[in-house]
Amino acid sequence: MRKGYLGVDIGSISTKAVVVDAAGEVLARSYLWTEGNPVRAVKAVLAELEEQLDGEDVEVVAVGTTGSARELTGAVLGAQVVKNEITAHAVGTLSRHPDVQTIFEIGGQDSKIIIVRDGVPVDYAMNTLCAAGTGSFLSSQARRLGVPVEEFGERALRSKRPTKIAGRCTVFAESDLVHKAQIGHPLEDIIAGLCNAIVGNYLNNVGKGKEVLAPIVFQGGVSKNVGVVRAFREATGHDVYVDDDGHLMGALGVAIVARDDGEEAPFSFDVRDVAFETVGEECGGCPNECEVVLVLRERAFLDGWGNRCERGLTRVREHLGVAEGARAGGSVAGR
Amino acid sequence: MSVDLSRVSGARRVSFPHMGNYSIPVKTLAAELDCEIVEPPRMTRRTLELGARHSPEFVCIPFKYNLGNYIEALEAGANLLIQAGGGCRFGYYGEVQEAILRDLGYEFGMVRLVGGFSVREHYRDFKAVNPRLNVRRALQAYRVAIRQTRALDRVEDHVRRNVAFEAEEGAHDRVHAAFLAELDGTRDLRGIAALEERTLGELAAIPAERPRDLLRVGVVGELYVLMEPFSNHFVERELAKRGVEVHRFVTVSAMIDHAGRKKHAYLDRMIEHADPYLRYHIGADGTESVAMTHKLMREGFDGVLHLKPFGCMPEVNAMSALQRLSREHTFPVLFISYDAQTSETGLRTRLDAFCDMLRMSKDRRTGAGADDAPAALASQGGR
Repeated sequence: MRKGYLGVDIGSISTKAVVVDAAGEVLARSYLWTEGNPVRAVKAVLAELEEQLDGEDVEVVAVGTTGSARELTGAVLGAQVVKNEITAHAVGTLSRHPDVQTIFEIGGQDSKIIIVRDGVPVDYAMNTLCAAGTGSFLSSQARRLGVPVEEFGERALRSKRPTKIAGRCTVFAESDLVHKAQIGHPLEDIIAGLCNAIVGNYLNNVGKGKEVLAPIVFQGGVSKNVGVVRAFREATGHDVYVDDDGHLMGALGVAIVARDDGEEAPFSFDVRDVAFETVGEECGGCPNECEVVLVLRERAFLDGWGNRCERGLTRVREHLGVAEGARAGGSVAGR
Repeated sequence: MSVDLSRVSGARRVSFPHMGNYSIPVKTLAAELDCEIVEPPRMTRRTLELGARHSPEFVCIPFKYNLGNYIEALEAGANLLIQAGGGCRFGYYGEVQEAILRDLGYEFGMVRLVGGFSVREHYRDFKAVNPRLNVRRALQAYRVAIRQTRALDRVEDHVRRNVAFEAEEGAHDRVHAAFLAELDGTRDLRGIAALEERTLGELAAIPAERPRDLLRVGVVGELYVLMEPFSNHFVERELAKRGVEVHRFVTVSAMIDHAGRKKHAYLDRMIEHADPYLRYHIGADGTESVAMTHKLMREGFDGVLHLKPFGCMPEVNAMSALQRLSREHTFPVLFISYDAQTSETGLRTRLDAFCDMLRMSKDRRTGAGADDAPAALASQGGR
């Protein structure tokens, strides 16, 4: 029997999961929409992974979670490792591209840049103020233009003279785009202009002050858009590499961190059939009014967060009449 | 004249904004006004909500916290407010806050200490409020307040550097809390010195497990968000939770040391430290941020956190110099901006990633886990 390591990356838009073996080879992979329900999405990816592993003699012995719902899914899966997405992406990408120097990553709601030197991340930045230039902006503009977002990139490549779109701000970009369409710019040029605007915005904000050296790897959902890839190539003057598994790098990275963590416990896919729910309320113990969230497993307390002090969890749990239960595996507690 | 008492009716009850634990020395000074002191309630989210609701949206975050403190103090019965001023927008805080609070219908007097750290000018303002005050008494109050400040800063500096490694969780906090309770009310120089010595002894005796390859991080930036932990979301403590030895150099003690006649020599020294990244003073604490970062880099620190209120001009100036320094020396600097909307989750994600990054670089340099960087991450508890 082989040991497997499960990594789950639960983003705002999509949920990604992989099972890797001890050598880091991907044995099973899954990619689904989160649709605002991370627990359901995780159960769905588990079902897919289990199906792919059917017949193979693999036992999952460690679990890692990352992405914006990492705490919640970490509690649900009893994960050994709950890791921030920046580290997870760096580790995942480095396992595939050990010589990478710059990682561009544009996801559903955030974008980041990771600078790597000699195989170690040395600097990073995330978008702080605005979601302009992220995946959700692209898909809402695609909808406005009546073009399926999957075709966006191909259409952009057909443009000879990309329209200039003001990409500084989502709202202004949108009104500029509407204006350019109304005065007769061809659709292809507008789409290509949008791709350029996204790249300009990214390099001027997220990438500001960073030294962008090749080899460059571009990943995250938006890396599937060939129009944006071309715009990155033109803007940086370097080749920009897109991995077929680029969207899985976070999941892969956190699976590797879980593997190297050393802690092992048998994991069962049956967790799919367990009922999880979350409840929350403002604590009310002091004027901080912390918004406390409790995760329940079969109606008993599993984990919770949002509290600034220790009293918060107990107070909310007692007030909501939640039974005390066993907390999830080690690392999840206390945040 | 920066003291307006015409609107204070009845017994005077004086109050002031919070900043860290400096309310202790501030109360020592305020006692010289011979009136009741109303300490604003402990900072909570309500403080910020009140402050933000009544402040201009784009004003820097210390303004909003100060205003929140004033409103909560006025609610608690204060009628005489103290504000200071400084070399940036802070210089106008007092006037604008007074106007806002009057529009909200509060009746109060405002004492604006416009002289920076000039004892002479403070005395003039205090004397206007309390004619019974004399020079000797005022000077003595100053001495005590300064001594309290130094004790406070020394104790807190020790806690910052060591709390990450305590064997029993909460040991430093217990000693610290007992120290604060006793310092508040100890108003003789010898008593303060003895308390400081005893506390530092107790702190040094706390069992600790200091790893040999620990991470050392300096915290630089704008002084209010540096010194008020609530406003920076307890970032120093968050670093300590991730096993980091934290150093900070901006304290009220340091400000006193570099005030008055020594100011220009100090700034010149800072420009020298900041060379070649700065050639001119860039306002408020900006020069210092660059100078200290450069110094810490050369002293072998693992990284620097640069904190500022969103839109803080002097620190925005410092950022381009810091980015160049960081790039040229591959020295990690994490930039954090605070405003009323700062997301706790986003902050934690960034800190987690920053500490992971420092750990990986350090292990690479020291040879630990060099062929397998991710292994180093696992060793620090999975996050």
